[in-house]
Amino acid sequence: MSARGVATSARRSFRTETSIAIDPTRCDAFGYCAELVPELIGVDEWGYPVLRSGEVPPWLAERAREAARQCPRRAVHVLDVRRVS
Amino acid sequence: MTVTATPTATSTVDTTDIGESRRQRHRLLGAWEATGRNDLRTHLAHFEPLPPTGGDFAERFLAALERAGLTGRGGAGFPAAVKLRSRRPSSLSAFRVGGRTSGPARSPFAAGRAVLVVNAMEGEPASMKDRVLLSCAPHLVIDGAQLAAVAVGARRVVVCVPDDRHDVASGVLRALAERRATRHTLVPVDVARPPGRFVAGEESALVGWLSRGNGAPAFRLDRSAPLTLAGGPAVVHNAETLAHMALIARWPETGMPQAIGGRAEDALEGREPICATTLVTISGAVRRPGVYEVELGARLADVVAMAEPAGRTAALVGGFAGTWVDGSDFDVPYSRPGLARLGATPGAGVVMVLGPAACGLAETARIAAYMAGESAGQCGPCVFGLASIADDLRELATGRGGRALLARISRRAESVTGRGACRHPDGVVRMVRSALRVFGADAAAHASGRPCRGTFLPSALPPGLRMSGNAR
Repeated sequence: MSARGVATSARRSFRTETSIAIDPTRCDAFGYCAELVPELIGVDEWGYPVLRSGEVPPWLAERAREAARQCPRRAVHVLDVRRVS
Repeated sequence: MTVTATPTATSTVDTTDIGESRRQRHRLLGAWEATGRNDLRTHLAHFEPLPPTGGDFAERFLAALERAGLTGRGGAGFPAAVKLRSRRPSSLSAFRVGGRTSGPARSPFAAGRAVLVVNAMEGEPASMKDRVLLSCAPHLVIDGAQLAAVAVGARRVVVCVPDDRHDVASGVLRALAERRATRHTLVPVDVARPPGRFVAGEESALVGWLSRGNGAPAFRLDRSAPLTLAGGPAVVHNAETLAHMALIARWPETGMPQAIGGRAEDALEGREPICATTLVTISGAVRRPGVYEVELGARLADVVAMAEPAGRTAALVGGFAGTWVDGSDFDVPYSRPGLARLGATPGAGVVMVLGPAACGLAETARIAAYMAGESAGQCGPCVFGLASIADDLRELATGRGGRALLARISRRAESVTGRGACRHPDGVVRMVRSALRVFGADAAAHASGRPCRGTFLPSALPPGLRMSGNAR
């Protein structure tokens, strides 16, 4: 891509998509994440988190990040992907 | 089970326009069947030397693999050419991060040269094909590994054989010594001996063991990103897949589906014959268990018939994580698209035949108990979910369950699906669901407290499984 291409893309607006994933190899079923964002995470009969959806709507993004911060096993991953809209 | 024979293949594909000797030449086990020898001299006399690897070899090789529609023979069936292409240096450097457009490409992946990993771990207890292939045609596998390594610019090849299979490993070492002595090595080859267990052959587990000594499947946020080994991308291929590459590289046109009536477009669209032959391990209630080389597209009934089954009740196709197929469905072609009609796949090339007096649910319970014990123990849904499902199935098989049991099994199966770092729980669930479908009437009878007489017969499936605990 040429330098001109950069200038063009810089003027474009970006939309941020947030996604959430749980590393099952780290998770030990503390359950904090399901407490913090029950809209996104439920628990199974053994107490392990079940994602209802991997996509995080904007109004839940901050609480999803909080769940990632609070996880004692650091098993919750919240990712922001910027896309050209 | 003894590995006895690799008898002639049956096929419904018209091959009259290809000479018999030509067909023999295009078979993985052709040299072994013709001579009973596996040394380099016999190998070269039968298969001819490798094609030259200079110039645009890589592009021609990958194009030939694409035309042949070769898919991975380790179980997942991923297109071999796509995997190789995605690991080539040119495609890796094309990834750029953060929208940078000048300066050196910042790849999220390691920039070093690739390592080609030959996966002969064959953790599936009912599969013996990779062992047989490496014993009978080690040079064909090494040929394929060499060509694939050249195509992706790999600097070395590692052949992975489980630590408990000394005969296979020493056979490979002998073959490598032969090649070194006669300068038939394009890329240096090592042999590694990871611990042999079910999940050890899973791609990320294998690479993890090679790089860090941790042979458990790894959680990956992006499953499509290449695994790295010693600073470069790891390219992992099943041993049989590589052996097919060695044939396709030699006969890019004649040996492949075009020559036996299929079209490349068919392979790409997932219809009919994909690639000439495949290895199948047939076991269970058969008089001649063993590894057979069959032509893809042959009827499943004809494939099973080679091993002389005791009856035509049902078979578990693909492996312990495979799909039960009812005897009335054996008319489908044994190929990826053919078996897909039944929701099955060739998997690791396993066909286990259920005996006429055996209870499919009891066998399912035994396999589920074994598979629960083979969890790497990392992921809660796999550890607790599979153990619970195995317990449920034991209750069902022995008729102690009650009406709510079937619903509970379905709910738990749904619950664990897709929640492990690897596909181990998904595979077990698929097998269990297919059992409840194929043995549906049986399951209803068992759940109402009427187990069948076959429940307490000893298992006919390898390796002498029990319904609780683990044979290991």
